[in-house]
Amino acid sequence: MSQYTFSGGIHPYDGKELSKDKPVKEVLPKGLLVFPLSQHIGAPAKSVVAVGDQVKVGQLIAEAGGFVSANIFSSVSGTVKAIEPHRVATGGMVQSIVIENDEKYEEVEYAPAKPLEQMSKEEIVQAVRQWGVVGMGGAGFPTAVKLAPKNPEKIEFVIANCSECEPYLTSDYRRMVENPELVIGGIKCVLKLFDNAKGIIAIEDNKMDVIKKMQELTANEPRIEVYPLKTKYPQGGERQLIYACTKRAINSKMLPADAGCIVDNCETLVAINKAVTENKPTLHQIVTITGDAVNDPRNFRVRFGTNFRDLLDEAGGLKGEPEKYVSGGPMMGFAVFDLDFPVVKTSSALLCLMHDDVIHATQTACINCGRCVEACPEKLIPSQLASHAEHENYAMFNKLFGTECIECGSCSYVCPAKRQLAQAIKSMKKLAIAKAKEEAAKKGGDK
Amino acid sequence: MAEEKKLLNVTSNPHVRDKITTQDIMLLVILGLMPATIFGVYNFGFYALAVCVVTVVSAVFWEFLWDKLMHKPVSIFDGSAALTGLLLALNMPPRIELWVCVLGSFFAIIVVKMLFGGLGQNFMNPALGARCFLLISFAGRMANFAYESVSGATPLSALKNGQVVDNFAMVVGNEMGTIGETSVIAIVLGACFLMLFGIIDLRIPGTYILTFTIFWIIFGGHGADPYYLTAQLAGGGLMLGAFFMATDYVTSPITTPGKIIYGVILGILTGVFRVFSSGAEGVSYAIIISNLLVPLIERAAPLKCFGYVEPKKGGNA
Repeated sequence: MSQYTFSGGIHPYDGKELSKDKPVKEVLPKGLLVFPLSQHIGAPAKSVVAVGDQVKVGQLIAEAGGFVSANIFSSVSGTVKAIEPHRVATGGMVQSIVIENDEKYEEVEYAPAKPLEQMSKEEIVQAVRQWGVVGMGGAGFPTAVKLAPKNPEKIEFVIANCSECEPYLTSDYRRMVENPELVIGGIKCVLKLFDNAKGIIAIEDNKMDVIKKMQELTANEPRIEVYPLKTKYPQGGERQLIYACTKRAINSKMLPADAGCIVDNCETLVAINKAVTENKPTLHQIVTITGDAVNDPRNFRVRFGTNFRDLLDEAGGLKGEPEKYVSGGPMMGFAVFDLDFPVVKTSSALLCLMHDDVIHATQTACINCGRCVEACPEKLIPSQLASHAEHENYAMFNKLFGTECIECGSCSYVCPAKRQLAQAIKSMKKLAIAKAKEEAAKKGGDK
Repeated sequence: MAEEKKLLNVTSNPHVRDKITTQDIMLLVILGLMPATIFGVYNFGFYALAVCVVTVVSAVFWEFLWDKLMHKPVSIFDGSAALTGLLLALNMPPRIELWVCVLGSFFAIIVVKMLFGGLGQNFMNPALGARCFLLISFAGRMANFAYESVSGATPLSALKNGQVVDNFAMVVGNEMGTIGETSVIAIVLGACFLMLFGIIDLRIPGTYILTFTIFWIIFGGHGADPYYLTAQLAGGGLMLGAFFMATDYVTSPITTPGKIIYGVILGILTGVFRVFSSGAEGVSYAIIISNLLVPLIERAAPLKCFGYVEPKKGGNA
């Protein structure tokens, strides 16, 4: 049993057996590819192409729109057909570059990469910035910003988030089975930036095979260690992961760097490795197409911009009519009303559920059972926060640390009265943060 | 007309839910009370079964009637009314008149529960509220205990009057008392069942019993004498109260520090009532008074979120 864990959390059905044993399949896109200009946190990228332009694989099509932003590259060769708003997984319309694939896959010439040993720290960060690497676990935070903390000498741990605690997803698992050396390569690049840091590969202990494999591969790496984590959702939540690995707890106002940590997701490290050691952009994401409604659930290696509907066809289509499609996992993913949206840097999965638990559950009165309190990884009282949220009681919501919520949804999952706890808290949290900002601005104005 | 396309469900995450429902919880607690109920019927005879059935059925009926009169959706299928009825029945003396049971369940369901907003809104345990109401209103009837057709005092009253009690019988339950409180073994068996299913845990009952034990050793006048201590722990409603009434979700604090404070208050109050009052029992009153203190306990109990940092003075964050 593993000692690396946090208190709280839940054990939902993980559905990983559906797709975990099948090798990743490469899929080539057809027709039009869509590249949203905002597929990361921060300012949207600015298009550098015009309608009618010919582009090649790996060509820059949009450049970072600010410091916290990221470059976007074309994953195919072809013609720019349009620059127009397009639906994305989160439901909104985002300005996107639409490219028609000529299926020739002509690639641009990349400059040869320098060996890692000869690269300076600045060059490594520059490569990560130049090739538009963002957090590929879902948040999409520009990695170059993360890799340049205020006091690099104070970073003690570089944590590879390979926990994959979200049910159903197996893309990180397949990556570690098929190319573990790329993940380790990514950690080495990051470790080069932080002289006092130790690398930790954090993997949940339901994946003992990859834990063993990683341990073998890092046996001769004095700076890298593999930590088996207790299998529990949300073990891969950034704050929970840092606590599990280092016993340091951070709150919403702190950054991982405040606890001496840099956390990068498995696939992000592979992208860092590619940017630094090959001097190339990442053009693919591994996407899990799964759920009980899919005929052949499995992982696909697909080019950014590919339409999800095509992927579903590749997975053998549907067994029956699903009640719900989720972009991402069942805990953190977004329900979508249409499959016409593209694979982006932060895509992880398409989950097709025959049965939607939420719609069939009847909400009843809270009986104060405390299951949400037991499950909350942030040690909050979700039932009370949700009721303060319903009454828009900002004072009590803040007093009970409502803004510390990490939106993991564990409270909603365990609630026997089927109350929409996480949903209520999430909306209130946004309002509370906005209100606090407003008040701070007012105070600043008065002075 | 074109075939209508089935619409997809779009909701905010998470998209999966645990199987357990409020109804399941109520059902499990009722099952957990079965050992005590069955032993009570075995111990006190068929009439005890009639008391249980009448109390449960009338409790469900009162809730049904209220829902109908108030034009509310019928809520009896969540099982909470049946549970309240059963708990009240287990707190009744075995030869109580049946109309008292019906009146008791009226007080529990209508006055304590529905008038305050129904499930989840009651400020004190409905079954115990009703029991205390009956104790005050029908002191004679509620103290009319009998075992094997012989009337007499409960072991705790006997002990207080200087009589000798049989500790072994008190643990097994072949003793006088209310229908469900006599057998420690049956109650603990049911409690273990509930703990196994994660419905209750030891935070409240453990603190409660421990605090009471310490209080008794200090103020009970007999120190840690095992004879008196066993009788105190096994006697009266302590076990039933600690495992099945004090753990009532609605009327107990939700956080761990809150539960501990609540358990300590329960232990002290029970001790005060048993040692210093004229009566021998005190569990029911201790629990309903502590129920009333829950909002205060919740306000006073320390709450620290994950990664909480003590606010620094001087604003140098």
